[in-house]
Amino acid sequence: MIKREKRRYLALEVASEQPVDERSVLDAVQASVIRLFGEYGASKTNLKLITYIPEKHQVVICCSHAMLEKVRAAIASIMEVNGKPAAMHVVGVSGTLKALSKKT
Amino acid sequence: MKRFADLHLRVPLEDQTKAESMIRKASELGYSLVGIPYSPQTSRKQISQLKQICNDAKVDFAARLNLSPRNPNELLQSLRRYRRKFEIVAVRCHTKDVARQAAKDRRVDLLQFSVTNLRKRFFDEAEAELASQAFSSLEIELAPILQLTSSSRIRLLSRLRREVETAERFRVPITVSSGATDEQLMRGPRDYAALTTLFDLPMSSALRGLSENPWVTVERNREKLSPNYVAPGIRVVGRRTND
Repeated sequence: MIKREKRRYLALEVASEQPVDERSVLDAVQASVIRLFGEYGASKTNLKLITYIPEKHQVVICCSHAMLEKVRAAIASIMEVNGKPAAMHVVGVSGTLKALSKKT
Repeated sequence: MKRFADLHLRVPLEDQTKAESMIRKASELGYSLVGIPYSPQTSRKQISQLKQICNDAKVDFAARLNLSPRNPNELLQSLRRYRRKFEIVAVRCHTKDVARQAAKDRRVDLLQFSVTNLRKRFFDEAEAELASQAFSSLEIELAPILQLTSSSRIRLLSRLRREVETAERFRVPITVSSGATDEQLMRGPRDYAALTTLFDLPMSSALRGLSENPWVTVERNREKLSPNYVAPGIRVVGRRTND
Protein backbone atom coordinates (compact mmCIF):
# COMPACT_ATOMS: atom_id res chain seq x y z
CA MET A 1 0.00 0.00 0.00
CA ILE A 2 1.33 3.45 -0.90
CA LYS A 3 1.69 5.66 2.15
CA ARG A 4 -0.15 8.99 1.89
CA GLU A 5 2.17 11.98 1.83
CA LYS A 6 1.95 14.19 4.93
CA ARG A 7 1.06 17.83 4.32
CA ARG A 8 1.43 21.06 6.18
CA TYR A 9 -0.94 24.01 5.86
CA LEU A 10 0.57 27.48 6.18
CA ALA A 11 -1.29 30.72 6.76
CA LEU A 12 0.60 33.62 5.19
CA GLU A 13 0.15 37.29 5.85
CA VAL A 14 1.28 39.62 3.09
CA ALA A 15 2.61 43.01 4.13
CA SER A 16 2.39 45.19 1.05
CA GLU A 17 1.24 48.71 0.28
CA GLN A 18 -0.42 47.49 -2.94
CA PRO A 19 -3.35 45.05 -2.88
CA VAL A 20 -2.29 41.56 -3.93
CA ASP A 21 -4.35 38.61 -5.12
CA GLU A 22 -3.89 34.99 -4.07
CA ARG A 23 -2.54 33.87 -7.44
CA SER A 24 0.32 36.37 -7.35
CA VAL A 25 1.16 35.27 -3.78
CA LEU A 26 1.46 31.64 -4.85
CA ASP A 27 3.49 32.67 -7.93
CA ALA A 28 5.87 34.64 -5.69
CA VAL A 29 6.31 31.67 -3.35
CA GLN A 30 6.90 29.31 -6.26
CA ALA A 31 9.40 31.67 -7.90
CA SER A 32 11.27 31.99 -4.61
CA VAL A 33 11.38 28.20 -4.14
CA ILE A 34 12.75 27.77 -7.67
CA ARG A 35 15.33 30.55 -7.12
CA LEU A 36 16.62 28.94 -3.91
CA PHE A 37 16.23 25.21 -4.54
CA GLY A 38 15.82 24.85 -8.29
CA GLU A 39 13.13 23.03 -10.25
CA TYR A 40 13.99 19.68 -8.63
CA GLY A 41 13.48 21.14 -5.16
CA ALA A 42 10.29 22.91 -6.26
CA SER A 43 8.88 19.65 -7.59
CA LYS A 44 9.24 18.10 -4.13
CA THR A 45 7.37 20.90 -2.32
CA ASN A 46 3.91 20.12 -3.82
CA LEU A 47 2.79 23.69 -3.27
CA LYS A 48 -0.93 24.33 -3.58
CA LEU A 49 -3.14 27.31 -2.97
CA ILE A 50 -5.94 26.41 -0.57
CA THR A 51 -7.83 29.58 0.20
CA TYR A 52 -7.68 33.34 0.48
CA ILE A 53 -9.13 35.10 3.52
CA PRO A 54 -9.57 38.72 2.40
CA GLU A 55 -10.76 40.05 5.78
CA LYS A 56 -7.54 38.87 7.45
CA HIS A 57 -5.29 39.55 4.39
CA GLN A 58 -4.18 35.94 4.67
CA VAL A 59 -3.49 33.26 2.10
CA VAL A 60 -3.51 29.58 3.05
CA ILE A 61 -1.20 27.29 1.10
CA CYS A 62 -0.19 23.69 1.60
CA CYS A 63 3.12 21.95 1.04
CA SER A 64 4.84 18.66 1.66
CA HIS A 65 5.64 18.03 5.34
CA ALA A 66 9.24 17.09 4.47
CA MET A 67 9.85 20.38 2.65
CA LEU A 68 8.27 22.69 5.26
CA GLU A 69 11.50 24.38 6.39
CA LYS A 70 12.61 24.93 2.80
CA VAL A 71 9.25 26.45 1.90
CA ARG A 72 9.43 28.68 4.99
CA ALA A 73 12.92 29.83 3.98
CA ALA A 74 11.64 30.61 0.48
CA ILE A 75 8.68 32.56 1.91
CA ALA A 76 10.98 34.54 4.24
CA SER A 77 13.24 35.50 1.34
CA ILE A 78 10.43 37.06 -0.71
CA MET A 79 10.99 40.80 -1.14
CA GLU A 80 8.39 41.59 -3.79
CA VAL A 81 5.04 40.34 -5.05
CA ASN A 82 3.93 41.22 -8.58
CA GLY A 83 6.92 43.54 -8.93
CA LYS A 84 5.90 45.60 -5.89
CA PRO A 85 7.84 45.62 -2.59
CA ALA A 86 6.27 43.21 -0.11
CA ALA A 87 7.11 40.92 2.79
CA MET A 88 5.43 37.68 3.77
CA HIS A 89 5.06 36.35 7.28
CA VAL A 90 4.01 32.84 8.25
CA VAL A 91 1.34 33.36 10.91
CA GLY A 92 0.52 29.70 11.50
CA VAL A 93 1.46 26.18 10.48
CA SER A 94 -0.64 23.09 11.04
CA GLY A 95 -1.31 19.59 9.80
CA THR A 96 -5.03 20.22 9.38
CA LEU A 97 -7.05 23.18 8.16
CA LYS A 98 -9.27 22.98 11.23
CA ALA A 99 -6.33 23.38 13.61
CA LEU A 100 -4.87 26.15 11.43
CA SER A 101 -8.08 28.18 11.59
CA LYS A 102 -7.95 27.95 15.41
CA LYS A 103 -4.34 29.17 15.43
CA THR A 104 -4.79 32.21 13.19
CA MET B 1 8.08 28.98 25.65
CA LYS B 2 11.12 30.54 23.98
CA ARG B 3 11.87 34.23 24.46
CA PHE B 4 13.20 35.54 21.17
CA ALA B 5 15.61 38.41 20.74
CA ASP B 6 16.78 40.50 17.82
CA LEU B 7 20.05 42.08 18.89
CA HIS B 8 20.44 44.27 15.81
CA LEU B 9 17.39 46.29 14.91
CA ARG B 10 18.74 49.35 13.12
CA VAL B 11 15.94 51.83 13.77
CA PRO B 12 16.44 55.39 12.45
CA LEU B 13 16.89 57.52 15.58
CA GLU B 14 16.01 60.74 13.74
CA ASP B 15 12.66 59.39 12.48
CA GLN B 16 10.62 58.60 15.56
CA THR B 17 7.52 57.42 13.67
CA LYS B 18 9.51 54.85 11.70
CA ALA B 19 11.38 53.78 14.84
CA GLU B 20 8.08 53.27 16.64
CA SER B 21 6.55 51.23 13.80
CA MET B 22 9.65 49.01 13.60
CA ILE B 23 9.68 48.35 17.34
CA ARG B 24 5.94 47.59 17.31
CA LYS B 25 6.47 45.24 14.38
CA ALA B 26 9.22 43.43 16.31
CA SER B 27 6.81 42.98 19.19
CA GLU B 28 4.06 41.68 16.86
CA LEU B 29 6.49 39.22 15.28
CA GLY B 30 7.19 37.69 18.69
CA TYR B 31 10.44 39.27 19.89
CA SER B 32 10.70 40.09 23.57
CA LEU B 33 14.09 41.83 23.38
CA VAL B 34 15.52 44.21 20.79
CA GLY B 35 19.08 45.51 20.66
CA ILE B 36 19.13 48.99 19.15
CA PRO B 37 22.47 50.45 18.11
CA TYR B 38 23.27 54.10 18.70
CA SER B 39 26.44 56.13 18.89
CA PRO B 40 27.85 57.38 22.22
CA GLN B 41 27.07 60.93 21.02
CA THR B 42 23.31 60.25 20.83
CA SER B 43 21.34 62.59 23.07
CA ARG B 44 19.80 61.29 26.28
CA LYS B 45 16.40 62.55 25.11
CA GLN B 46 16.48 60.31 22.03
CA ILE B 47 17.53 57.31 24.12
CA SER B 48 14.78 57.86 26.67
CA GLN B 49 12.26 58.20 23.81
CA LEU B 50 13.44 54.85 22.43
CA LYS B 51 13.15 53.23 25.85
CA GLN B 52 9.62 54.64 26.19
CA ILE B 53 8.58 53.26 22.79
CA CYS B 54 9.96 49.82 23.73
CA ASN B 55 8.19 50.00 27.06
CA ASP B 56 4.87 50.82 25.35
CA ALA B 57 5.36 47.97 22.86
CA LYS B 58 6.22 45.60 25.75
CA VAL B 59 9.67 44.82 24.34
CA ASP B 60 12.84 44.80 26.38
CA PHE B 61 15.39 47.39 25.19
CA ALA B 62 19.12 46.67 25.06
CA ALA B 63 21.61 49.43 24.32
CA ARG B 64 24.05 48.38 21.63
CA LEU B 65 27.29 49.91 20.42
CA ASN B 66 28.72 49.06 17.00
CA LEU B 67 32.45 49.60 16.81
CA SER B 68 34.40 49.72 13.53
CA PRO B 69 37.99 50.24 14.67
CA ARG B 70 40.81 50.67 12.16
CA ASN B 71 43.43 48.97 14.35
CA PRO B 72 43.63 47.00 17.64
CA ASN B 73 44.69 50.08 19.63
CA GLU B 74 41.60 51.99 18.53
CA LEU B 75 39.48 49.01 19.56
CA LEU B 76 41.06 48.88 23.03
CA GLN B 77 40.59 52.64 23.49
CA SER B 78 36.91 52.46 22.51
CA LEU B 79 36.30 49.47 24.78
CA ARG B 80 37.93 51.26 27.72
CA ARG B 81 35.81 54.35 27.11
CA TYR B 82 32.39 52.90 26.26
CA ARG B 83 32.09 49.32 27.56
CA ARG B 84 30.37 50.34 30.79
CA LYS B 85 27.79 52.46 28.98
CA PHE B 86 26.32 49.78 26.70
CA GLU B 87 24.74 46.39 27.26
CA ILE B 88 25.98 44.95 23.97
CA VAL B 89 29.24 45.73 22.20
CA ALA B 90 29.64 44.48 18.63
CA VAL B 91 32.84 44.86 16.65
CA ARG B 92 32.88 44.96 12.87
CA CYS B 93 36.27 43.51 11.97
CA HIS B 94 37.78 45.16 8.89
CA THR B 95 41.30 43.83 9.41
CA LYS B 96 42.69 40.55 10.66
CA ASP B 97 44.49 42.27 13.59
CA VAL B 98 41.25 43.80 14.77
CA ALA B 99 39.44 40.48 14.35
CA ARG B 100 42.02 38.65 16.48
CA GLN B 101 42.02 41.33 19.18
CA ALA B 102 38.21 41.43 19.27
CA ALA B 103 37.98 37.64 19.48
CA LYS B 104 40.25 37.39 22.50
CA ASP B 105 38.85 40.37 24.40
CA ARG B 106 36.15 39.39 26.91
CA ARG B 107 34.59 42.85 26.66
CA VAL B 108 33.49 42.17 23.09
CA ASP B 109 30.13 40.41 22.81
CA LEU B 110 29.61 40.03 19.09
CA LEU B 111 31.95 39.61 16.15
CA GLN B 112 30.72 40.95 12.83
CA PHE B 113 32.28 40.63 9.39
CA SER B 114 31.69 42.25 6.03
CA VAL B 115 28.89 40.77 3.92
CA THR B 116 29.93 42.37 0.65
CA ASN B 117 33.70 41.91 0.74
CA LEU B 118 34.19 38.24 1.57
CA ARG B 119 37.98 38.65 1.69
CA LYS B 120 37.37 40.60 4.89
CA ARG B 121 35.62 37.73 6.65
CA PHE B 122 38.31 36.58 9.02
CA PHE B 123 36.35 33.93 10.90
CA ASP B 124 38.70 30.99 10.52
CA GLU B 125 39.80 28.27 12.97
CA ALA B 126 42.26 30.51 14.84
CA GLU B 127 39.60 33.19 15.26
CA ALA B 128 37.07 30.59 16.42
CA GLU B 129 39.48 29.21 19.02
CA LEU B 130 40.09 32.68 20.47
CA ALA B 131 36.37 33.51 20.42
CA SER B 132 35.42 30.29 22.20
CA GLN B 133 37.82 31.11 25.06
CA ALA B 134 36.57 34.69 25.43
CA PHE B 135 32.82 33.86 25.17
CA SER B 136 32.29 36.20 22.22
CA SER B 137 29.66 35.20 19.69
CA LEU B 138 29.67 35.16 15.94
CA GLU B 139 26.86 37.41 14.76
CA ILE B 140 25.06 36.48 11.57
CA GLU B 141 22.78 39.14 10.10
CA LEU B 142 20.01 37.96 7.84
CA ALA B 143 18.94 41.21 6.15
CA PRO B 144 21.86 41.02 3.67
CA ILE B 145 20.73 37.53 2.64
CA LEU B 146 17.34 39.03 1.75
CA GLN B 147 18.84 42.02 -0.05
CA LEU B 148 21.64 40.37 -2.03
CA THR B 149 20.82 38.65 -5.30
CA SER B 150 22.20 35.88 -7.50
CA SER B 151 25.98 35.36 -7.35
CA SER B 152 26.69 37.64 -4.38
CA ARG B 153 24.06 35.78 -2.31
CA ILE B 154 25.42 32.42 -3.44
CA ARG B 155 28.96 33.41 -2.40
CA LEU B 156 27.76 34.72 0.97
CA LEU B 157 25.76 31.55 1.70
CA SER B 158 28.75 29.40 0.81
CA ARG B 159 31.01 31.42 3.11
CA LEU B 160 28.47 31.36 5.95
CA ARG B 161 28.16 27.57 5.62
CA ARG B 162 31.91 27.23 6.20
CA GLU B 163 31.91 29.68 9.12
CA VAL B 164 28.92 28.03 10.82
CA GLU B 165 30.65 24.66 10.57
CA THR B 166 33.81 26.13 12.15
CA ALA B 167 31.82 27.87 14.89
CA GLU B 168 29.94 24.67 15.76
CA ARG B 169 33.21 22.70 15.84
CA PHE B 170 34.87 25.16 18.24
CA ARG B 171 31.65 25.73 20.23
CA VAL B 172 31.51 29.42 19.47
CA PRO B 173 28.00 30.68 20.21
CA ILE B 174 26.17 31.96 17.14
CA THR B 175 23.82 34.91 17.46
CA VAL B 176 21.33 35.40 14.65
CA SER B 177 20.01 38.93 14.22
CA SER B 178 18.08 40.80 11.57
CA GLY B 179 20.18 43.90 10.88
CA ALA B 180 16.92 45.28 9.48
CA THR B 181 16.75 48.95 8.55
CA ASP B 182 13.05 48.93 7.67
CA GLU B 183 9.92 46.87 8.22
CA GLN B 184 10.20 45.11 4.86
CA LEU B 185 13.36 43.35 6.04
CA MET B 186 11.85 42.18 9.32
CA ARG B 187 10.72 38.58 9.70
CA GLY B 188 9.50 36.44 12.58
CA PRO B 189 12.03 34.39 14.57
CA ARG B 190 10.89 31.06 13.12
CA ASP B 191 11.08 32.46 9.58
CA TYR B 192 14.64 33.62 10.27
CA ALA B 193 15.44 30.18 11.70
CA ALA B 194 14.13 28.61 8.47
CA LEU B 195 16.30 31.04 6.49
CA THR B 196 19.42 29.89 8.34
CA THR B 197 18.91 26.37 6.97
CA LEU B 198 20.15 27.84 3.67
CA PHE B 199 23.66 27.74 5.12
CA ASP B 200 23.12 24.44 6.95
CA LEU B 201 22.75 25.79 10.46
CA PRO B 202 20.73 23.13 12.29
CA MET B 203 17.25 24.28 13.32
CA SER B 204 18.00 23.80 17.04
CA SER B 205 21.17 25.94 16.79
CA ALA B 206 19.28 28.59 14.80
CA LEU B 207 16.57 28.84 17.46
CA ARG B 208 19.27 28.99 20.15
CA GLY B 209 20.93 31.81 18.19
CA LEU B 210 17.67 33.73 18.26
CA SER B 211 16.74 33.06 21.88
CA GLU B 212 19.15 31.62 24.48
CA ASN B 213 22.45 32.99 23.11
CA PRO B 214 21.39 36.66 22.85
CA TRP B 215 19.58 36.50 26.20
CA VAL B 216 22.63 34.99 27.92
CA THR B 217 24.82 37.80 26.51
CA VAL B 218 22.46 40.56 27.61
CA GLU B 219 21.77 39.12 31.07
CA ARG B 220 25.49 38.52 31.72
CA ASN B 221 26.28 42.13 30.77
CA ARG B 222 23.39 43.54 32.77
CA GLU B 223 24.71 41.73 35.81
CA LYS B 224 28.21 43.08 35.16
CA LEU B 225 26.89 46.62 34.73
CA SER B 226 24.87 46.50 37.93
CA PRO B 227 26.40 48.39 40.89
CA ASN B 228 26.30 45.17 42.98
CA TYR B 229 28.64 43.25 40.68
CA VAL B 230 32.11 42.51 42.09
CA ALA B 231 33.52 39.64 40.02
CA PRO B 232 32.12 36.56 38.22
CA GLY B 233 30.05 34.72 40.85
CA ILE B 234 30.48 37.45 43.48
CA ARG B 235 28.00 40.24 44.05
CA VAL B 236 26.96 42.50 46.88
CA VAL B 237 23.76 41.22 48.49
CA GLY B 238 23.43 43.96 51.12
CA ARG B 239 25.22 47.06 52.40
CA ARG B 240 25.60 48.16 55.97
CA THR B 241 25.19 51.85 56.50
CA ASN B 242 27.17 53.54 59.27
CA ASP B 243 25.02 56.25 60.86
